[in-house]
Amino acid sequence: MLSNDISVFLPELLLALYAMAALMLGVFSKNQDGVSNLILWTTAMVFVLFGLWIGLSPEGVSTAFNEGFINDGFARFAKVVILWGGAAILVLSKEYLVKNSLLKYEFPVLITLATVGMMMMVSAGDLMALYMGIELQSLALYVIAAFRRDSLRSTEAGLKYFVLGALSSGLLLYGASLIYGFTGTTLFSGIASVIKAEGMSLGLTFGLVFMVTGMAFKVSAAPFHMWTPDVYEGSPTPVTAFFATAPKMAAAGMLARVLHGSFGDAVADWQQILILLSILSIFLGSIAAIGQTNIKRLMAYSSIAHMGFALMGLAAGTEQGVQALLIYMAVYVTTNVGVFAFILNMERDGRAITDIKSLSMYSRVAPARSLALMVLMLSLAGLPPLVGFLAKLSVLSAAMDAGLIWLAVGGVIGSVIGAYYYLRIVYLMYFGENIDPLNGTMPAMHWLLLLGASGAMVLGIFNMFGLETLAEMAALTLFP
Amino acid sequence: MDYLLSIVTFLPLFGAVVLLVALRGDDKMAVRNAKLLALFTTVATFIASMFVYSEFDPANTSFQMVEEKAWLAGLTYKMGVDGISILFVMLTTFLMPIVIGASWGVTHRVKEYMIAFLLLETLMIGVFLSLDLVLFYIFFEAGLIPMFLIIGIWGGKDKIYAAFKFFLYTLLGSVLMLIAMIAMWYDAGTTDIVRLLNHEFSSSTISVLGWQIMGGAQTLMWLAFFASFAVKMPMWPVHTWLPDAHVQAPTAGSVVLAAILIKMGGYGFLRFSLPMFPIASDIMQNFVFFLSVAAIILTSLIALAQTDMKKLIAYSSVAHMGFVTMGIFAFNQQGLDGAIFQMISHGFISGALFLSVGVIYDRMHTRDIAAYGGLAIRMPIYALIFMLFTMGNVGLPGTSGFVGEFLTLVAVFKVNTWVAFGATFGVILSAAYALYLYRRVMFGDLIKESLKGIADMDRREKLLFAPLVFFTILLGIYPGLVLDITGPSVEALVHNFETVVGAAQTATSH
Repeated sequence: MLSNDISVFLPELLLALYAMAALMLGVFSKNQDGVSNLILWTTAMVFVLFGLWIGLSPEGVSTAFNEGFINDGFARFAKVVILWGGAAILVLSKEYLVKNSLLKYEFPVLITLATVGMMMMVSAGDLMALYMGIELQSLALYVIAAFRRDSLRSTEAGLKYFVLGALSSGLLLYGASLIYGFTGTTLFSGIASVIKAEGMSLGLTFGLVFMVTGMAFKVSAAPFHMWTPDVYEGSPTPVTAFFATAPKMAAAGMLARVLHGSFGDAVADWQQILILLSILSIFLGSIAAIGQTNIKRLMAYSSIAHMGFALMGLAAGTEQGVQALLIYMAVYVTTNVGVFAFILNMERDGRAITDIKSLSMYSRVAPARSLALMVLMLSLAGLPPLVGFLAKLSVLSAAMDAGLIWLAVGGVIGSVIGAYYYLRIVYLMYFGENIDPLNGTMPAMHWLLLLGASGAMVLGIFNMFGLETLAEMAALTLFP
Repeated sequence: MDYLLSIVTFLPLFGAVVLLVALRGDDKMAVRNAKLLALFTTVATFIASMFVYSEFDPANTSFQMVEEKAWLAGLTYKMGVDGISILFVMLTTFLMPIVIGASWGVTHRVKEYMIAFLLLETLMIGVFLSLDLVLFYIFFEAGLIPMFLIIGIWGGKDKIYAAFKFFLYTLLGSVLMLIAMIAMWYDAGTTDIVRLLNHEFSSSTISVLGWQIMGGAQTLMWLAFFASFAVKMPMWPVHTWLPDAHVQAPTAGSVVLAAILIKMGGYGFLRFSLPMFPIASDIMQNFVFFLSVAAIILTSLIALAQTDMKKLIAYSSVAHMGFVTMGIFAFNQQGLDGAIFQMISHGFISGALFLSVGVIYDRMHTRDIAAYGGLAIRMPIYALIFMLFTMGNVGLPGTSGFVGEFLTLVAVFKVNTWVAFGATFGVILSAAYALYLYRRVMFGDLIKESLKGIADMDRREKLLFAPLVFFTILLGIYPGLVLDITGPSVEALVHNFETVVGAAQTATSH
């Protein structure tokens, strides 16, 4: 039985072993710089290969640890996005880390551990497994948020993230204990069968609300978003980029799995919560971003608004909604990889700049980069003919199909407000004032990722690279 | 020629990509090549569209030259042309070479400028040819991006304000339409416009938040589409973005905006609102009449008080679009024919008027009416051409402007005499502001020192105006050129409309 189990979670196991091996190598190596560099690249490579392995592994559902760990199409989809998003960020982070003398072997190791946690989150079939995944991910993320430990901002970011993260974990754990108390099981499938047989009890509803609240912290949905702007701003930029990509996918995947896996028969009970979270996130993210001058804070609010749209898909409570959620997250992660490839190279005379005003007339200095960023910004704004529009369309049609017309109307109005600040970046780059321009040079890998992401946003209009079918297959597995 | 429509649509995009990828450098040669390539592309597109025109059979009221291909998630890539859309396509492809020609004096970022206009052309043609809801929406909405950049990069002093206002205003209108489109998609199970045209959307009264909505789902969808088209058109009172956008946009941008972009609103009414939501359209008739007459009279009065030439013409555009909406919602053959005619004719006339302003703006760098006077002395040819288009704008018989206004007035007179009365009053006002403008700019003594050395139009400018002059007069004398093509399709549309609305009325009266 154990050998069967191992084959189910082999990727996670190997990745954890890899993290430990890399840690050992780092600790015992004499040449710290060389080995850190080596580990960084190897980790990125390992992520890409594991992504391929998981993506190409045969279809079907298999479970381990008495159903505590589920390996199905949904988990595989999320894991591929997480691994490839993480790999892209690792590749992007090297130059920044070297410049700020932060290139230590701990960085890739911590990212790997966080990634194992995330893979656990989306594969969890049991409340205990879920909590383990969350904690493994969060503890690693707290540390890398404060990775630049001689910077006040970064330390502050780490501490804030830790305190609020601990609070949210506490809420989640409390909710989980209530659910356990009222159903007598921690297995998602067990909870589902209890609900099917006896319906929702008051205690179960309380537990559900607490759990959703805890998870809303993790996806940074309003009104549980407060940590996001500060952590995004304070963390070293590659870490911000990481926060904006893989963990978001993991948290959204986890939310979908908990809600559909164990509360699939109580859609009406959590739908209202998600509608509220969704609409608040969209409006808060869109309106609060207008006043931002720091591009990292701006992207933080942008991520809040985007999570609002992703949750709109989930709020539909249908298979189509989960499909839309997956499409939305995959597109969002891809776009953010491109945007952060750009942000990491916003420099003037070697110093990193995060003020968006510094982008004024950037199109004169770097026309190609500006064009690529413009495409990404317009795609984030959800304008046709870019893929961001198709992602929004799928979310909106899922919501409409579920009868949530007012939510959809609210969402599109929020997206018009949001379009303002994305356009502002376009405006600054193309017809802002003439100022001393940025003059950072761009490493080839960054350029490749920026170009790849923006190219994908344009060319994806033809068939979204098959993303739709993949997401549909993945979503189906949540609805046996 | 199975892919003729796609070729016409995407040829400009192809030119834009070639410009983007192949053309390097900022020197004189590169600038010249960019202009020539853009001109060549637009002319080639026009020629390609002539093939569409010659293959088109006006007597056939269904969609012709249809192309269909499966796309994402049950959407289709479907293109086709009928009597309502073909002339808009021809207008676009015809005007674009003139627009490029009018931009010969651009010196700032020429390559990007040409790319933006070519991109815009693809998107505009796509709007008129697409036969799938989402495809339509993509073309309709994507056009905002190049126009935003055109106003923003090559615009005037307050370009940033104007660009944002233009963008957000129209975007807000459009997103509601998107919601209605998704609702239609689920209701009818398809996004194919041809099938949607034969789908009957529910019109039984429903109640929303305690309000009884007559016409039910149809009315709600109609309103969502109206939000988009009324802003685009633009109808009073959501017209305020247009004067700002026009004033700040470069000449060529104003021409495209006035001649083609705002016609998408009228086209939308004809393609979606009327045939797909006939009951709701019928309910909303008086509402639209009210807004149309308000537009005609109020914006004409506002135009009288303008001191900026472009702004004056922009307001007159709003007034003229009032005739279009009025004609469309008269629901009869003359009304619809007249509305289409008015849109085509306005395309030539307003385009020419904005070009005329561009001619003196290029020389004096001001659009202030007070800065001119007595131009007829130094610029006789210009004065003559400007006179022709001013008369066209007023609606003088013999110019194309007359036919459209007359047809819509006759149509609306049959339905509601008071509306016709109000609109006719607007015609008088339009004569007032147009002639007042003409007197202040052209007549009087040439006393301003700065104007003493002004030169008349050169050969390039005359060449640009020649086709516009030709068509304005030709359509005025021989309106059949337009009406013969639109007639059968419009007749079918009106017939279907009357059948549905008539059936609904008998159903309620029993």
